[in-house]
Amino acid sequence: MTATSKSPWIIHYDGSSCNGCDIEVLAALTPLYDVERFGIVNTGNPKHADVLLVTGGVNAQNLPVVQQIYEQMIEPKVVVACGICACTGGIFRECYNILGGTDQAIPVDVYAPGCAVRPEAIIDAVVQGLGILEAKRAAMRRGEDPEAATKTMKVKDGVVEMTNWDDPDDPGTPARFPEASSAMLPTYFQPGAQAASPEIAAAVATMRGGE
Amino acid sequence: MPITSTPLTIVAFIASIIAAPLVGGLLVGLDRIITARMQGRVGPPVLQPFYDIGKLLAKERVTVSSSQDVYVAMYLVFIVIATGLFFCGGNFLLVILLVTLASLFLVTAAFNSRSPFAEVGASREALQVMAYEPMLLLTAAGFYLVYGTFDVGSIVSYASLMSTPAIYFLPLNFIGFVYVLTIKLRKSPFDLSTSEHAHQELVKGVTTEFSGPTLAFFEIAHWFETVLFLGWVGLFLTWGGLVGTVVAILLVLLVYFFEIWVDNNFARVKWQIVLKSAWLVALVLGGVNLGALYLKLLFM
Ligand code: SF4
Repeated sequence: MTATSKSPWIIHYDGSSCNGCDIEVLAALTPLYDVERFGIVNTGNPKHADVLLVTGGVNAQNLPVVQQIYEQMIEPKVVVACGICACTGGIFRECYNILGGTDQAIPVDVYAPGCAVRPEAIIDAVVQGLGILEAKRAAMRRGEDPEAATKTMKVKDGVVEMTNWDDPDDPGTPARFPEASSAMLPTYFQPGAQAASPEIAAAVATMRGGE
Repeated sequence: MPITSTPLTIVAFIASIIAAPLVGGLLVGLDRIITARMQGRVGPPVLQPFYDIGKLLAKERVTVSSSQDVYVAMYLVFIVIATGLFFCGGNFLLVILLVTLASLFLVTAAFNSRSPFAEVGASREALQVMAYEPMLLLTAAGFYLVYGTFDVGSIVSYASLMSTPAIYFLPLNFIGFVYVLTIKLRKSPFDLSTSEHAHQELVKGVTTEFSGPTLAFFEIAHWFETVLFLGWVGLFLTWGGLVGTVVAILLVLLVYFFEIWVDNNFARVKWQIVLKSAWLVALVLGGVNLGALYLKLLFM
């Protein structure tokens, strides 16, 4: 572990979230969770930040904003999608103006699902992101492109799976998925889960079929 | 006892510029832990500031303008020279002027980026220099009135000859100095220019456009500043010898704790209040103290 993973400074951007996830992000900074224990500081400045926390889906208006914040951040950097809206579009997925999750705008490194995402899941996801941050730093040391050198996960059809950002056929490394957060997926997203009622099963089927 | 540059002063100069960042980093780490405890949190490890610097130095080198990086480097260089000069017993007035020059380089660096946030931060930084400068100069004048010299080494020798710390002669000056110390340490209620605690209206003030290694240089310069200014506090309190030095160091740490307490208990004020109050403090406390000294000299 180098200094890079001991001092992750975050910047938080609210896409089109319902504010539920934003409150949970801020909750992680409160005395109860106190992420400063891990050296995490909320900077509010993309040029100082290492980790971008995005809440809410991407819509036509905030697409260039998310991309600009991402561009202003300095390598090595990691993007964490906080909440199911930021992962897939979530409850707003079918809205006329929603383009989908954060990964429709910028490469996402870690997905932290949940509605709202629990502060524990955010902390978990950031800690997972530190491994990727280290990998990117190592890639920079070798003179490689840090973004191309690291693999990311993607959510496809409401199911979380690991892919290489550049090569969708590569299964990638499952270790990157926050263990605790996967249990926090809504039950119908769990692999092999039975829907609680026929109505939900039908809704999930439409959602999956609709893409 | 004018100071001459013996090999010993050169050793002291080098030793202090090596030790200052280590001590400064630890002090800032302690500051963060104490701040966290005051807020009911656990806080980061004490070495956290060093991790931050290590992280920043490993980041990609990106800058909005390369001359900005030069100005920040000059800011660091002049602070380093001022720190070394002070702790090897050099001229106190020269140290104050060097610190002012360093601050002006910081202001230039912030103006250089043309970012609106950094520009507002830069004008506020210039204003802070205006606010604390009179008190610093009156402090130097106070030391001169008492000891007849600006040399830090001579001041300490005279204090140990008299076995009396300078605060005995300059009590009001000391209070005024601690007042402007809050401005220099970038602590709330006077952290106007850097928004140390991420007050969002200025993003990060002067440091908004600094990133990666440049930001690391700024942070290291701030460690040097912290040690240097606490050294000035120590100059008021020491009376030489082992006991005098140890007691002075403990009292300096107490003053630092007081600054942290102030930082955590006061909301930020407007710039008008900073300027007016700092000048009022300088004129009233510094002026009365100097006047009293002068009269005592007259009637001696
Ligand atoms: S995941 Fe839930 S709580 Fe979070 S932004 Fe979306 S709807 Fe709101």
